[in-house]
Parts: sequence; structure tokens; C-alpha cells
Amino acid sequence: MTPHHWHPPRPSLRFIPVWRRHFLLWRKLALPSMLGNLADPVIYLFGLGFGIGALLPEIDGIPYISFLAAGMVCYSTMNSASFESLYSSFSRMHVQRTWEAIMNAPLELDDILIGELLWSTSKALLAGIAILTVVTAFGFVEASYALWVVPVIALVGLVFAALGLVITALAPSYDFFMYYFTLFITPMTLLSGVFFPIDRFPAALQTLSTALPLSHAIALARPLLLGSSPGHAWLLHTSVLAAYFALAFWLAVALTRRRLLR
Amino acid sequence: MLSIRSLTKRYGNNTVVAGLDLTLQRGECYTLLGPNGAGKTTTLRCALGLTAPDSGHIELVGHPVPQRAREARRHVGIVPQIDNPDPDFTCAENLMVYGRYFGLRDADIAARIHELLAFAGLEGKHDTHIQTLSGGMKRRLTLARALVNRPELLVLDEPTTGLDPQARHLIWDRLKQLIRAGTTVLLTTHFMDEAERLSDRLAVLDAGRMLAQGNPRELIATHIEAQVVEVYGDWSNGAHAANGGVVAWAARHGAQYAHRHEVSGETAFCYVDDPTPLLTHLATQPGLRYLHRPANLEDVFLKLTGRELRD
Repeated sequence: MTPHHWHPPRPSLRFIPVWRRHFLLWRKLALPSMLGNLADPVIYLFGLGFGIGALLPEIDGIPYISFLAAGMVCYSTMNSASFESLYSSFSRMHVQRTWEAIMNAPLELDDILIGELLWSTSKALLAGIAILTVVTAFGFVEASYALWVVPVIALVGLVFAALGLVITALAPSYDFFMYYFTLFITPMTLLSGVFFPIDRFPAALQTLSTALPLSHAIALARPLLLGSSPGHAWLLHTSVLAAYFALAFWLAVALTRRRLLR
Repeated sequence: MLSIRSLTKRYGNNTVVAGLDLTLQRGECYTLLGPNGAGKTTTLRCALGLTAPDSGHIELVGHPVPQRAREARRHVGIVPQIDNPDPDFTCAENLMVYGRYFGLRDADIAARIHELLAFAGLEGKHDTHIQTLSGGMKRRLTLARALVNRPELLVLDEPTTGLDPQARHLIWDRLKQLIRAGTTVLLTTHFMDEAERLSDRLAVLDAGRMLAQGNPRELIATHIEAQVVEVYGDWSNGAHAANGGVVAWAARHGAQYAHRHEVSGETAFCYVDDPTPLLTHLATQPGLRYLHRPANLEDVFLKLTGRELRD
């Protein structure tokens, strides 16, 4: 990798036509896409919420389904950002050569990547808000702070879109993404407090958990959805997520430059 | 329009472009002709600022490249080697989306879509999805897309590879129209007839170097004998009847009758300025057959780049 690949990303408004291209395509398939986005987390929410909730009436004095709600909001956001920035971006980069066509226009690779990042984040935002609406409408959560979860969803979307673009920059084929899910996303989901609290885990796993971005997302979203503020810790959690986003996106841009600007 | 000086591009230890100089005049059609791996596509990628050269100076429509490649590409239309229209969009949507990348206003693009599709022979395909287009139609759409910004320079990387003759002729016809209208055209190809038909000037590239440059007719006149006689068939002449191949004939008579000759497989290519003695001789050789034709660009190309296969 040569040094010029490591320039920080150069942001500009030129990403807008790239974002609009993705939006135009999404609009054609919006209904099935939104239903797909909602179906998976809602099935988990009701399945686990009522299934496990029946065995485990309360966690720390909270009904299980209310505990699970914040986890599902973050989990759904993460999945949406990941799928878009992995499979869809890879398909546009490698299979359909859409990026190649765009780079023949007066745009740079950085513009394309910012477009991909913000598009994946937009879809994640939609997915997160959809499940947030469901849990609020069913009264599983306190509505008082629910709107504060929207910026959390946006930040979670940015983090996992950027991480996904790192993996996409390295991927030889679609099969590669399976490693990312089985080695990173799935263990992280289990260690981040989506389905159950982590404070009964061995100390080493709890330490590991504090390094994971999804833990910090849940640490922000869960108190907000239970009607309290995350307190001063919000700054720590937000900073960790912001750092994950910034470093991952920088790495994604550098690795993609190395891959495509040869 | 495009000026390249001492361009060098290496991948690891492999030098793909080795000190190339090239100047494109406004309004001309210039062709890079070369076997696979000659460095044609890499030269284009460097010229368009899609990859950074190891050394050399490039100026594209008045802008230094790669420093201001983005500004330069505003005035350039590009038809890539592999078609990459957006597969999920219609023809019209493809042009609209692409025009937006140039910062054009939706209304301005919409006003041009009909004209662009008509130019590419895609009338009535406004709402047709890309998946249902033939290979030739996709290539024509890619050409229409490259014209959305009214480029001063049109760059085409092997524009007719893989197309049927009808589609190739349509592309050639459209390119001639554009050249007549003043668009500068830079293309790569390994089809000789394409280079000969379209270019004002062409360069023969091999292993990243320019072997020759000039007008196609002049190149033929400068680099090669005027006439070619291709000799093939069985040679059965008296004592040599037993080993009656063209190879044996060429070994015995090639140098005698041809200024220069090459044997490739079962054919001897004899390059001559005056074919009469050779043709008189061939008339007395039963079993041998021949094809007599004027020298063409392919002969120049093979002379300069050799006959061995490229991978």
C-alpha cells in the first residue's frame, strides 16, 4: 500500500448523485424492502420477547420484552447497515462495475464511498426507526426519551456501514462475508447485551464486551428506551462509537483505494 | 487535447508502460493498436487519472492529471472495455443517473435523452430494462451515456470487441459522425480494419512502448512491402515430392522470390514490391495455392509485434 492511499477521506457534496442513484433503485423495491427490514427483527422481538419472556418474567425489574426492545433496535440497525455495505456495495463495486462507471464521470472514489456510507446509514436509519416505532406503539418501551434514540440509530448505522465497507474492500467474493458474520457480528451480538445482560458474564468476557461497538450502542439506547438518561456515560459511549466510525471509514477508504486505483 | 510525456507505469516488477510519449490534436481520431498486454488500457487509465503513473507528465483537456483529473473528466466521455450500465434501470434512467454524476440538471438531461437514444439507434427503448438488451444494444447505450456531457474528447476502450458485424458498423458510423462534428476520439483496438477505417493517426504499442506512429496508409507504405502473397497447400515438385509442404517450399524458394518471407503454421507470407516473378513461379508449382493481396495494417502490425501468441 503506497502512502497516498492513506490520505484522510476527502468529503464533498459530490456524493449526492451517488446517494440519489441508490435511492432511485430502492424506490422501485421500497415496499418489499421495508417489509423485509421489519419482518426479521419483529419476529425475533415477539418470538423471544414472549417465548423467553414467559420463562423469565423480569430482568432487573423490567419485563423481558422491554429489555429486549433496545437490543432489537440496535441489532436491526446493525444488520441493515451491514447487509447494505457488504452485499449491495460489493455487488456495485465488483459484480456490476457500477463504481467503475461512476469513476469515469467527474467523481472520485472518496465520493463514491461517502455515497455508499451514507446510503447504508440511511437504510439502517429506516430499519432502526421502523422497529423503534413498533416497540413504542406496542408500549414495550417508555416513549418519553424515544426520539433521542434516533441519533443513536444514525451513529450505529455509520459505524456498521463503515465496518462493512472495510470488509467489502478486502472481499474476493460474497462468501467472504460469512466469515465477518460468524467471527464478528454473531459473537458480538451475544456479548453486547442484545438478548441478555452481560453483567453475569466472566470478567474477561465483560472486558471484551466493553471493546465492542454494539455494547456501547446498547448502553445508550437501553436507558433511553426505559425512560431514563444514560447519564454522563453518554459521552464515553458516543466517543467510542464515533472513534469506531472514523477509524473504520478511513481504513475502508484506504483499502478501497489500494484495491481500485491501481 | 491530450499530451502524455515519458509515461511509465509499473505493477511490481512488471513495467506495463515504459516511457510513452503521445500527443492528441483537437479533432482527430487517434488509435492505440496493440496485442493483449501492450499497455493500451493502462495508458488510458493513467490518462484519465484513474491510476497514478510512476513517472511522466499528463495533460488532459488543459488540466494536469492526476492532480486535476476530476475537472478534466468533466469534458471527457468514456466507453469502457466492459459494459457497465446500471442493470436495474431502464435506458432513460441510466442516462439520467449518469448525467447527474456530471452535475447536470435533471431537466437538461431529460431534454437530451431522446436525442441520445436516437443517436445510439435505441429509439423507443426509453423504458426498456437493461437486462433485456442485446450485447450490441448495451454497447450503444454505453456510447450514448458517454455523450451525456457533450464531451470534447471521447475515449473508447475496445469499443467493438464481441459485437456482431451489424453492431460494429453502427458504432463505426456513429464515431465517424462524431469525428466529423469535431469531437476528438481516442480509441484502443486490436482490430486492424477498425483502426484503418477510423483513425487519422494510430500508434502501434507493444510491451508498453510505441513501435510506430502515423497515418494508417503512411505506416503501410513506410514499414512494409506493397504486396503480399500468401502461399499454402502441398508442394510436389520432382525430387522434393516426398516432403511436399509449404515449409519446404519456403526454405528453398522463399528468399529467392520474396523480399521478405515468414512461415506461420501451414502458410508462407511473402512480402514483395513486384509480385510478377513469384506469381510466375507459383503458376508452375502444382499443389501450391496462393492468395495475392495488397499489404495492410495487419501486416505492419505483425511485422512490428511478431507472430507469437500473447497471454
